[in-house]
Amino acid sequence: FVSSYLKNLATKLIMSRLLKVVKQSVRTAPTNIETLSTIRQFSQSKSDFSLPDLPYDYAALEPVLPARIMELHHSKHHATYVNNLNATLQKRQDALQKGDIAAVIGFDGAIKFNGGGHVNHSIFWTNLAPPNNGGGGSPSGALLNAINDKFGSLEKFQESFNGKTAGVQGSGWGWLVYCPQDKTIKIQTMPNQDPIGSLGVVPLLGIDVWEHAYYLKYENRRPDYLKDIWQVVNWKNVEQRYADACK
Amino acid sequence: MAAEAKAEDRFTLPKLPYAEDALAKGGISKETIQYHYGKHHAGYVRKLNAQDKDGKVKKDASLEDLIKDQETSDKVFNLAAQIWNHTFYWESMAPAGSKCKDDSEVGKQLIKDFESVDKFIEAFKGRAGGHFGSGWVWLSINAEKKLVITEGHDAFNPMKDGLTPILTIDVWEHAYYIDQRNSRGAYIGKFIDLINWDKVNERYTAGCK
Repeated sequence: FVSSYLKNLATKLIMSRLLKVVKQSVRTAPTNIETLSTIRQFSQSKSDFSLPDLPYDYAALEPVLPARIMELHHSKHHATYVNNLNATLQKRQDALQKGDIAAVIGFDGAIKFNGGGHVNHSIFWTNLAPPNNGGGGSPSGALLNAINDKFGSLEKFQESFNGKTAGVQGSGWGWLVYCPQDKTIKIQTMPNQDPIGSLGVVPLLGIDVWEHAYYLKYENRRPDYLKDIWQVVNWKNVEQRYADACK
Repeated sequence: MAAEAKAEDRFTLPKLPYAEDALAKGGISKETIQYHYGKHHAGYVRKLNAQDKDGKVKKDASLEDLIKDQETSDKVFNLAAQIWNHTFYWESMAPAGSKCKDDSEVGKQLIKDFESVDKFIEAFKGRAGGHFGSGWVWLSINAEKKLVITEGHDAFNPMKDGLTPILTIDVWEHAYYIDQRNSRGAYIGKFIDLINWDKVNERYTAGCK
């Protein structure tokens, strides 16, 4: 009994330490964000993800993204993903402890949806910056070279990205990713909140095209939103993610 | 209310069954209708006509034919179904709304299949609220003549699976974002009170024949 108690305690300590690292990484939203599969593998104690702070005020991305969009998007939509993720992981944990594997599997969809929503938005906030303070312009260095090599120019890349992303049916995201297998950058869209990390690629830049991301200003004019969003893209952040991915 | 169609347009935007502000007291504002009907629904019509002029749409096929035909391309299906779905959606609501009568044909069947009309409504609300992302939730008659709730992403339509729909709710964000922002639950509640049960009953009795 004592040894199993100690083992349980040790496991709990390791888990809580690991979760702290994960939470910390998501809170400061750096370039390395653990994929959900890793978290689930180690998670045996109560998970407690939290909504990361925005690196800027709600009004900071005006006029491209008005404060009322940013506030709803962050404090309601993203917050709901976080709350639902925590609640679902707790229910999953309870089911796992009861040995009810069917119930455990039943939570997969909700974890993918809410967990994906949390991961995606955490990256997104760091991909953006105020237009007078880091937003817009052009990438430089290795990332610019990679874009020019792959797409011919920044403009051609943006045209291709916008075309593919505008074409997402319903809700989803457009991504610029790094593919470690062939060491290239690619444009890839994903439906709903499916996390692109699950495809084995590294997300560099994500643009949310769920209607809630733009409807209050752009209404149904998704292509106009995509044209304007580049004014607030934080290229330094994208370059950092690319540099880390290439290591 | 009807959009101006060119003489050679094959598909047209059907008239709204009520004025733009008719559902406003029930929680769907004139502004939502102007966007949802006037831009989204109208946009699907315009795009399908463009596909048709490019020869991409099967000749002599109605919207329903295009939806049911397994050979229809994804792009055309998406447009045809979205046109059909939205028309069906507008017609599923009425300014006055109504309650489902237990002794109506559809009411009796709902009691058989869901124990009570209230239990059906709770189930329908649950599916509509629980649907991840954009899509539609439907009440349909299945092959065994039972009433079933199904749902799917984007332009999903249960006729493709051989079901006969009698009621639908649009859960794309554009359906509720202007009026209820992120609160899909509040929108669903409003929708339930706007359901045109006479129409649903009519569809049910026709579908059972």
